[in-house]
Amino acid sequence: MTLPLTTIVLLPLLGFLVNGLLGPRLGTRLVTVVGCGLPVLAFLVAVGAVMQLEAGDGAALVETLFTWAPFGERSLDVALYLDRLSAVMVLVVTGVGSLIHIYSVGYMKGDEGYARYFAYLNLFLFFMLLLVLGRSLLVLFVGWEGVGLASYLLIGFWFDDPAKAAAGKKAFITNRVGDAGFLLGMFVLYAALGTLEMDAVNAAAADGLLPAATATLVGVLLFVGATGKSAQIPLHVWLPDAMAGPTPVSALIHAATMVTAGVYLVARLAGVYQLSPEASLVLAVVGVATAFFAATVALVQTDIKKVLAYSTVSQLGFMVLALGVGAHGVAVFHLVTHAFFKACLFLGAGSVIHALGGEQDLRRMGGLARRIPITFVTFAVATAAIAGLPPLAGFFSKDEILWFALAGEQGGLLLFLVGAVTAFLTSLYMFRLLWLAFLTPSRMAPEVAAHVHESPRSMTGVLVVLALLSALGGFIAVPHYLEGLLPLPAVAPGRAAWHLPLALFAVALALGGLAAARHLFGGEARPAAALAARLATLHRVLTNKYYVDELYEGFIHRPLVWVADRVLLRVVDRLLMDGLLHGVASLARGSARALVRVQNGQLQRYGWLVLVGLGAGLLWTWPHV
Amino acid sequence: MLNWVLFLPLLGALGLTVVPAHRNDLTRGLTLAVMGVQFVLAAWLYGQFQAATGALQFETRIPWIPQWGVYYHVGLDGLNLLLVLLTAFLGPLVVAGAFSAITTGVRLFYAMVLVLQFAMVGTFLAQDLFLFYVFWEAMLIPMFLIIGIWGGERRLYATFKFVLYTAFGSILMLAAVIYIAYTVYTATGVPSFAIADLYRGGWSLEVQSLLLAAFALSFAVKVPMVPLHTWLPDAHVEAPTAGSVILAGVLLKMGTYGFLKLGLPMFPEAALLFRPVLMTLAVVSIIYGALLALVQEDIKKIVAYSSISHLGYVMLGLVSYDLMGIQGGIIQMVSHGLISGGLFLMVGMIYERCHSRDLAHYGGLARLLPGYAVFFMLLTLASVGLPSTSGFTGEFLALLGAFNAGWAELPHATWPLALAATAVLGVVLGALYMLRLAGRLLFGPARAPHLPLAGLSRREGAILTALVAAIFLIGLAPGPMLEKTEASALEIQSILNAARPAGGTP
Amino acid sequence: MADTGMLLALAALLFTIGLVGILVRRNLLVMLMFLELMLNGVLLSLAIFTAHAGSAAGAVLIFLAFVVAAAEVAIAVPLVVLLARRRRSLDPGAYMDLRG
Repeated sequence: MTLPLTTIVLLPLLGFLVNGLLGPRLGTRLVTVVGCGLPVLAFLVAVGAVMQLEAGDGAALVETLFTWAPFGERSLDVALYLDRLSAVMVLVVTGVGSLIHIYSVGYMKGDEGYARYFAYLNLFLFFMLLLVLGRSLLVLFVGWEGVGLASYLLIGFWFDDPAKAAAGKKAFITNRVGDAGFLLGMFVLYAALGTLEMDAVNAAAADGLLPAATATLVGVLLFVGATGKSAQIPLHVWLPDAMAGPTPVSALIHAATMVTAGVYLVARLAGVYQLSPEASLVLAVVGVATAFFAATVALVQTDIKKVLAYSTVSQLGFMVLALGVGAHGVAVFHLVTHAFFKACLFLGAGSVIHALGGEQDLRRMGGLARRIPITFVTFAVATAAIAGLPPLAGFFSKDEILWFALAGEQGGLLLFLVGAVTAFLTSLYMFRLLWLAFLTPSRMAPEVAAHVHESPRSMTGVLVVLALLSALGGFIAVPHYLEGLLPLPAVAPGRAAWHLPLALFAVALALGGLAAARHLFGGEARPAAALAARLATLHRVLTNKYYVDELYEGFIHRPLVWVADRVLLRVVDRLLMDGLLHGVASLARGSARALVRVQNGQLQRYGWLVLVGLGAGLLWTWPHV
Repeated sequence: MLNWVLFLPLLGALGLTVVPAHRNDLTRGLTLAVMGVQFVLAAWLYGQFQAATGALQFETRIPWIPQWGVYYHVGLDGLNLLLVLLTAFLGPLVVAGAFSAITTGVRLFYAMVLVLQFAMVGTFLAQDLFLFYVFWEAMLIPMFLIIGIWGGERRLYATFKFVLYTAFGSILMLAAVIYIAYTVYTATGVPSFAIADLYRGGWSLEVQSLLLAAFALSFAVKVPMVPLHTWLPDAHVEAPTAGSVILAGVLLKMGTYGFLKLGLPMFPEAALLFRPVLMTLAVVSIIYGALLALVQEDIKKIVAYSSISHLGYVMLGLVSYDLMGIQGGIIQMVSHGLISGGLFLMVGMIYERCHSRDLAHYGGLARLLPGYAVFFMLLTLASVGLPSTSGFTGEFLALLGAFNAGWAELPHATWPLALAATAVLGVVLGALYMLRLAGRLLFGPARAPHLPLAGLSRREGAILTALVAAIFLIGLAPGPMLEKTEASALEIQSILNAARPAGGTP
Repeated sequence: MADTGMLLALAALLFTIGLVGILVRRNLLVMLMFLELMLNGVLLSLAIFTAHAGSAAGAVLIFLAFVVAAAEVAIAVPLVVLLARRRRSLDPGAYMDLRG
């Protein structure tokens, strides 16, 4: 009996154990072989498993491993589950994951934590695969928390720097807030249905066993978990800070795979969300707000990775919008194309940073197009893809999202309009990035400029593959492939004819963004500076990311610490509880001090006291004799 | 066999008296051997334990003071099985962990550890209320000496606080025990202290309430539940490492075990009445402990306050009256014993090297002591409740049980659900304080009060490896343990639920 | 048996003399002697009641008490001697080590 799913999951775990336990003793070459070879192997096994799935015409593969916790007739099992949705995810995770592993070989070359890096990366892959293959929410949650752990470890990979360690901690804790919601959602589901297996949950939802109010509750609570992992408002704050990690990590975890786990979760439980238009509306509103908000912030960031980070938040917002309007398959489609072009962008940014010896500030770049041509071309392709220029990947998926936002039954004009503006902004900030980094005259420091070099072939090769995927990925008809699992919402009556004009409109938005970016940042960036000066207040608010971090610090973290320290520790614990105790103790001590005078050591005084006591006793008992 | 498990440490302590006082190596070796054998025996018993029944196994019952109906009556059931195993497992680790830390009065120290071990196992095994009380009180003396002799600077303050708090609780319990014996005698004419006879004792609600209050106070001090907790941080901070490990690892569980074995099932009607209070206090403990752990600068205090928080989950699980919750509570007891035992051992290791517990003195230990950092991180993650560690299993099942029960009670009362939902906040706060601790200790620029630092020794590595292995075992495959505890947990649950008014929730 | 009352009064008198002696004298040896006097007073009353009741158990008890008293003196006198050697004083006021 073969267990392909188990094999897929266990291969990266093996890599983690080998590199984690023996890493420093293996030598660079062996670490590389293990660290990259096993993910590639996992990808191949995954391809085999998906072929097996298709051979069975989409009937899900299930591998039940063991019973985690038995409770009488009920039990919580560990089982893996492959249907078309998880198949798409597994291919993306292992495929893009393998590419990024290979890219890392060049990027991390010579780092003292080389083995540790690959161990963590493999660990991440293990948990991510557990997440997408888990049959029950419990297994998914194991992966969910595990990827958070890997993310924590990798963000703080260079832990000597307190800021980087703090960024890791922030990511973990922000995610934990979401996880609390996730746990509650899980609890409600279990209490209501007595199972956590997601296919069973969807089936129960379809059979009407789940009341609509409960579905809304579950939907919203689980979405709280998703806002943490997928960096939606208000829990988005950790993702930009997470850029402290090595750039391939940003590409793999914080762009292509882990952050999309929230989207996957909602799509996985589509049955629950289909029951609850209210929960879906929450998703749509949060998604579109996040998309817009993050896009505005991305406009003014000067750190190349921060721009991409906010872009990721924004694109995740698009996916959540798609989920919110009921187009779950389209959300997964955008997830896939986004994995391609955003990985390409991040790795391209990594190549730039590599070329510039660690420089990340756009204000000290420029003119790189001729110096590192392969990076430039691939970056440009990915930029065009995310901006939505046809026929690149982003065009198809984003167009579908806007279409269902406008014409879907759960769509609405406002959702569409904000989405469209955001699409324009996306094009604007991405081309701004392209111009500032590659096309404007060089602003590099001379000693940096002298050392600019194209990255090694292991890195550029990956870039080329990803650029090809970004260009052609739109032709993979993911929504159609998933239609049996995730039916697309019906189009509102009378709007079916709007599809072509909408597509043209979307292209116009992308081109408009391109033109605006060229106008503002193309030459010597004077128009942009003038605009920033005119809108100084807005510019400042955007540069400071709407002061969200400051708000959290001032209104949540500090009051919490203040209450814990000043009220609970000093007043309740020390003053009240210990004070009471010490009060009792000093009362005892005081009375002892008073009574001790009697005990003066004089034998005959004691004799008299005994006599007096006896006499008193006798007198007292006399009447009773 | 069970009696061997119980009396072996006592025999060991007697054996130590013939070891020459200056032969420290012999003393240590003998103690370790005794503890090791005890663990092997306990593990064998665990393997032989039949899962299908909730009845006592490996039972011994011989008259002790027959005139009063007092029996030497010990036995294993699903409630104490895991706790005995935990105690026996921690024993050798505690002993080995103290090899380098305790250098004066070695013989007395190990004798006290052995006596304490005897009393702790006895408390878990006792099936006779009188015997239970004797063991319960007997634990106090060696612990008093361990903190009072080998403790830190303010050890006397800490020991007195510890002993006074616990003695206060014990006296109330004694009064209740006497009253119970008296009523049993007057009702049946036969004196009996057998715990099984005392379930559903048939007292009126008022009497039950008073008795439960006496028991509950005693147990709540031990757990400890807010607001009876202030002895714990002081005791932990002043205790030597071995003392802290035993205190956190086993002693605190006496409180929760007491609720499970005695408090709740002996007085089920009163327990139902007290349930809102107990549940509220459990949730308050979870959050209160976590918040206080967040603002401490002393590493040991952080771990100490985290204990308060973690034992809150145990109480929450137990008073959920849900099978999952009760079992989750039991697992969480074991898990907490392993995790905080491990954390205290690790704090002890760094203290031995640097003589400071002040968090501000440390940083970047991941660079200075990579092996130490790996183990500390693993324990931190277990404490945070990361899935696949025992911390998750315990927390998750306890919370799920509480929530499940709350959901089922929803038509009658909303507070159980509201409390269970509030308790989930503890998950966030737990991450907050533990990552603060780990982050400041392990990451950032490398510094320590005393350089260079010696790497982990083989002995230390072996101790930590054993702990981490146990933590992952419970995290990954709690199934067998849950199976062995299920029958007894079901029995307790049915006793508790029988007290509910008809038409109540299942 | 008319003089039982007289005999009892004698016992009480012996006891009282002993008691007053212990309380007022400032010499340990003397106090010890008064202590014996008190004991004899009690034993005398025991003897009287024994005779009155005609029980053999009382007589046995008296003999037992005599033996105990002898043993007590055998311990107490050396103690007093030791004390005297140590501090060169038999005044109980010199021994106040147990003052609280």
